[in-house]
Amino acid sequence: MSPTILLLLALGLGLAGWLAARARAWTLRRESADGRLSSLPTYHAWYVALWIVLPVLAFVALWSAIAPGLISQTVLSSPAAADLPAFGFQRQTILNEARAVATGAAPAVFNPQARDLVEPFREALSYYTTIGIVVTLLIAFLAGTWAFLRLKPDFAARTRVERIVMAILLAASLVAILTTIGILASLIFETVRFFGMVSPIDFLFGTHWGPDPMANPDSPDASRYGAIPLFWGTLFIGAIIAMIVAIPLGLMSAIYLTQYANPKVRSWVKPTLEILAGVPTVVYGYFAALTIAPAIRDLAIDLGASNPSSESALAAGLVMGVMIIPFVSSMADDSIAAVPQSMRDGSLAMGATTNETIRRVLVPAALPGIVAGVMLAISRAIGETMIVVMAASTAANLSGNPLESMTTVTVQIVAMLTGEGSFDHPATLSAFALGFVLFMVTLGLNFVALRVVKRYREAYE
Amino acid sequence: MTVVHENLEATDAKMSARDVSVFYGDKKAIDEVSIEIPTKYVTAFIGPSGCGKSTFLRTLNRMNDTIPSARVEGEITLDGEDIYRSKMDVVQLRARVGMVFQKPNPFPKSIYENIAYGPKIHGLAEGKDELDAIVERSLKRAGLWEEVKDRLQDSGTALSGGQQQRLCIARAIAVDPEVILMDEPCSALDPIATAKIEELIAELNGRYAIVIVTHSMQQAARVSQRTAFFHLGKMVEYGRTSDIFTNPLEQRTQDYITGRYG
Repeated sequence: MSPTILLLLALGLGLAGWLAARARAWTLRRESADGRLSSLPTYHAWYVALWIVLPVLAFVALWSAIAPGLISQTVLSSPAAADLPAFGFQRQTILNEARAVATGAAPAVFNPQARDLVEPFREALSYYTTIGIVVTLLIAFLAGTWAFLRLKPDFAARTRVERIVMAILLAASLVAILTTIGILASLIFETVRFFGMVSPIDFLFGTHWGPDPMANPDSPDASRYGAIPLFWGTLFIGAIIAMIVAIPLGLMSAIYLTQYANPKVRSWVKPTLEILAGVPTVVYGYFAALTIAPAIRDLAIDLGASNPSSESALAAGLVMGVMIIPFVSSMADDSIAAVPQSMRDGSLAMGATTNETIRRVLVPAALPGIVAGVMLAISRAIGETMIVVMAASTAANLSGNPLESMTTVTVQIVAMLTGEGSFDHPATLSAFALGFVLFMVTLGLNFVALRVVKRYREAYE
Repeated sequence: MTVVHENLEATDAKMSARDVSVFYGDKKAIDEVSIEIPTKYVTAFIGPSGCGKSTFLRTLNRMNDTIPSARVEGEITLDGEDIYRSKMDVVQLRARVGMVFQKPNPFPKSIYENIAYGPKIHGLAEGKDELDAIVERSLKRAGLWEEVKDRLQDSGTALSGGQQQRLCIARAIAVDPEVILMDEPCSALDPIATAKIEELIAELNGRYAIVIVTHSMQQAARVSQRTAFFHLGKMVEYGRTSDIFTNPLEQRTQDYITGRYG
């Protein structure tokens, strides 16, 4: 309610400032000796409008953050609040109820204790709304007047507006970065809480994973929180099996597309490959669970396995590898194409065949880019959830047999968070620690990959 | 149509082209050029930009094959054998007719590996000692040995532009070609590096048949014994370098070398 009014107020005042400043600029222009201003009247108008709207928006943001607290404080200090239950659930419910009635969100109170609080709430609300509007008007007036008084024929409104716009754009780009930092901070916070219950040594080096969400949260069994089987499963599925599929296929398709394919073939194969990257991973998950996993089980039976699991690391890894092919191929394609044509000509002119040129000159020259592509693909693969959730299973096995079921870090995060466990339980909190480890590993991989790509770009420029 | 000076003494032709035309798609880039490349001389191709001199040079080791739309008509022979015949091994041809490009293009490998590349793929050396010898000999002939002998394992791309171009010449020499084609080898180099390359060409003259495409008429005059003037895809005039520059028979040649166009 009140932020909306304040926002509309800000825009209205901005518009008023805009019109007034434009009129003022036109007058200045008429009065000036040569009939010219250093900036067009619109820039003067925008200058004043921005000076009104931005401070008001800043105030609105601040006000909507602190006003609710001030309101409840006032209500609680009223005599009607004296006989409220001291703390906890009930007290909050009563307050919420009174607030809902006061703002008109609910028709009537249910709890008799809340009835007495409605009136104080109404008073506090109207009091603080009035304050908010008055301060808004004051800020708008002061800032607008200050900006308005600066308008002169030689005032460089154009460059000022340019600078303000730049600041707005900078703020927009900071949002993504700050959000990432915020996510990381909350992750670290929960991780530290988890490590307060289970020691990092047990977590990082233990070989048995089987958290019990029903166990007493105050004395967790640290031996059940060994994440090695998860790390191994992640590595085995995402970085080994998937890469055994994706690296050769991706690299070969990139070599075919850049070196052998005629433009016609390239013009439809390359987009088709890129479409693969846009297929939702859950679709790959169906494919893995319904087609590949049973086929692999049948194969295992044919090979003589006595009781093969219907969910296997191999199924998840193979399908994930297929999913990753476009990443590897598109990065390898880019970096092979970035090797200067003169390099290729130089090799061909020495009497090398196309094949020798690719093997001995193009691939080595493009290797940093290819390696970076593979690292990005690995970081994508180990962060992948849907395929492994659907095809791999949740049993934590520390095994080198690809036909056995295995689980990954991401699957366990899903499993730990989707249960009914409370957020104080180490089993639930372990999801944050797992997420943190995953985050650090993918961050490291991406960082190294970008560094490699950068160094490699410099070599040819 | 082509004016060939009559005072050319008979020499054995290493390569010869007869009525060679090159098409890019439907566009005719080279129009019926006939020329003999002598064994013991440096031949220069001069002419304004876009006249087809580089295109023609690239037909001599079939580098135009790498351009899908390019098509060559006519006959080009190397020691009397048609290089465009269907049985011709292009890989062998390019080993016999080496090429140096406009921009130095060393491979992103060590200096040693750059030189050893050709001998390795063609199996010219048996064992490390022989390969070392080839590398040393090639670098010496290219006048680069003294500058790089202590850092053969450094990257070839870390050398200066002039050194890189001499490295590329050494690389071409390493497979012991019979003809070396140079496509404006000095256009990306400063005057000092250019002077070194020109000295090198003079030293290599006689050992290899050399064909050089150049924009600089002074360079053609300095390094070559034969000059062919190209204009609009045609070879206008061909003769001794001294004659072309002092006594051109064609008006267009005269106009070009006196700087009236191009």
